[in-house]
Amino acid sequence: MSEDTSTRRTHMADAPLLEVREITKFFPIKSGLFGRATNSVRAVDGISFNVLRRETLGIVGESGCGKSTTARLIVDLISPDKGDILFDARRLGTDLTLNELRRNVQMVFQDSYASLNPRLTIEDTIAFGPIIHGVPREYARRLAWELLSKVGLDPKRFAGRYPHEISGGQRQRVNIARALAVKPQIIILDESVSALDKSVEAQVLNLLLDLKKELDLTYIFISHDLNVVKFMADRVIVMYLGEIVEVGPVESIYAETAHPYSRSLLASMPSMDPDHRSEHVALAGDPPNPIIPPSGCRFHPRCPIAIPKCKTEKPLLHIQKTRGHLAACHLTAQQQETF
Amino acid sequence: MTQQPLVKISDLHVLFKGQKNVCAVNGLSLNLLPGQVLGILGESGSGKSVTLKALLRLLPAHKTEIRGLIEVLGRNVMSLNAADLASFRGGIASMIFQDPMLALDPVYTIGDQIAEVVTRHHGLKRRDAMAYALDMLKKVRIPSPERRLKAYPHEISGGMRQRAMIALALAGNPKLLLADEPTTALDASVQMQILLLLRELQKESGMGMIFVTHDIGVAVEICDVVAVMYAGQIVETGTIRDIVKDPKHPYTKGLLAANLHGAERGKRLETIPGSPPLLESAPTSCSFAPRCAYTQAVCRLKAPEAVTISKNITVRCILETNMNS
Repeated sequence: MSEDTSTRRTHMADAPLLEVREITKFFPIKSGLFGRATNSVRAVDGISFNVLRRETLGIVGESGCGKSTTARLIVDLISPDKGDILFDARRLGTDLTLNELRRNVQMVFQDSYASLNPRLTIEDTIAFGPIIHGVPREYARRLAWELLSKVGLDPKRFAGRYPHEISGGQRQRVNIARALAVKPQIIILDESVSALDKSVEAQVLNLLLDLKKELDLTYIFISHDLNVVKFMADRVIVMYLGEIVEVGPVESIYAETAHPYSRSLLASMPSMDPDHRSEHVALAGDPPNPIIPPSGCRFHPRCPIAIPKCKTEKPLLHIQKTRGHLAACHLTAQQQETF
Repeated sequence: MTQQPLVKISDLHVLFKGQKNVCAVNGLSLNLLPGQVLGILGESGSGKSVTLKALLRLLPAHKTEIRGLIEVLGRNVMSLNAADLASFRGGIASMIFQDPMLALDPVYTIGDQIAEVVTRHHGLKRRDAMAYALDMLKKVRIPSPERRLKAYPHEISGGMRQRAMIALALAGNPKLLLADEPTTALDASVQMQILLLLRELQKESGMGMIFVTHDIGVAVEICDVVAVMYAGQIVETGTIRDIVKDPKHPYTKGLLAANLHGAERGKRLETIPGSPPLLESAPTSCSFAPRCAYTQAVCRLKAPEAVTISKNITVRCILETNMNS
């Protein structure tokens, strides 16, 4: 059996390591005396994507677009209403248990303090996962020390400390070590460097690059910071109001942006050039309400180039022949036909 | 004859007393000319917000020791009495904060809060004050302002709250606006909307502005001159162009590299090792020396003097001292 899986792995080197199929999550809004669900927030609305082995997949979008919900759905921290998660071609719930999935897919969160147990020492925090998964205590402790030096913290100084005794950057290193402790293949980094100062952020990004190379890791890198995603990711998914609007290789997305939303998002980045400051607002208004999302293309009320069709008909993700990536926009679809 | 500065701070020290002392600001001097936009750039704990709060006398008196001179329009802020302070805040200088939800009062409507400022500083009656408040909301371009006037802070979006706070801060026609990371909590697209709005309002009214941020990209969009802060001191001052294109201080250089400025994808970044000092006692040598790649023996012995390189550029680093002596 074990031989069987190993041959399957070598044969399917190009097959996706993780597949997300048509996943949907609506959060009910309860109101009134009996707390009946009167409406729902459409956080993630039927999205599908693959994560390839050894790649870094970036997910970008504004707050409320469903980035973090997607991350939590992948590791089943919240259960989807519909849809499947497949790891290594095995479907969660049938031939893959939740324990197996979580041993292979770990997560690092934004708030380094809230995600650590304040009553466990750093060493115990890191050893906790392996012990749960059946590793003997003594061995788990030794592993914790190894991992601490791997993430650049001297175990002699840090192993016995509590989370409140160390700085934010150090805490995030501990979170990374904890994620690595169960030897996962995928790490989901949900805004993991967003709360850090720039100089510390750069240190942690370097650490992530080194670990990826050394341990053959696959990353799902979620961030609202387009610069960091451009630096880290191989492929990028752009999300808007619970849907994927554009997906493809990072160079193609940043250089040959197809979807008007992605284009305005990129144009909202500060220019970094004092001689060419941004002169106009690329994207007016706030993101609309995900409770009652707009009809048709969800971006149409804010879109500068919307046509009547956008209001009524929902565009599907389709390949951009001239660009080499996927986008969901009626107008780029029309341009395709004229080529 | 040089212009009288709008703000003049010289040799400001702020010490927080408690179980452990924190020397938050250590000998900071700066000048702001009328109509100028000064950015204070630095990481958390560098003393940027403390400097702003000291300017408005918002720091708790019994736990803080403040030394040095703070003048706004030639008046010593530290010696204002309660009545003068009340008209100074909002009338001459006002402030916008990072989190408008905490800065706005949750039990009053947006209109009421702005009208209160208007009544106090312009002496208008309530009806006129409300009309004035409506004008302010129109000025900061809040959509359907008549409706927002009667809205409570929790009823409007984050971007709109930030606009409402700007309207509130500008209602007293201040000569000086202090902005403490007002766009940090916002989405990229909304951040740019707010920055462009602030730039426009500043140009229109000609007020001076001190804009605190940790994000060089934001500073580029709004500032004329930038002061880079580290461990409670200004380590480098220059026009935004000088700072971005030709940084002198090793810390400024490291900060630019860490901002992924021109970074190549997937290649290791040049980082500043270590973390900022704890500042339990006032620094006696260069605070950046333990993290600096160019440290010499003298850096650990005495604090470097600020060296003026050209008309606009001042750097506090021994390398520049040696080069210019």
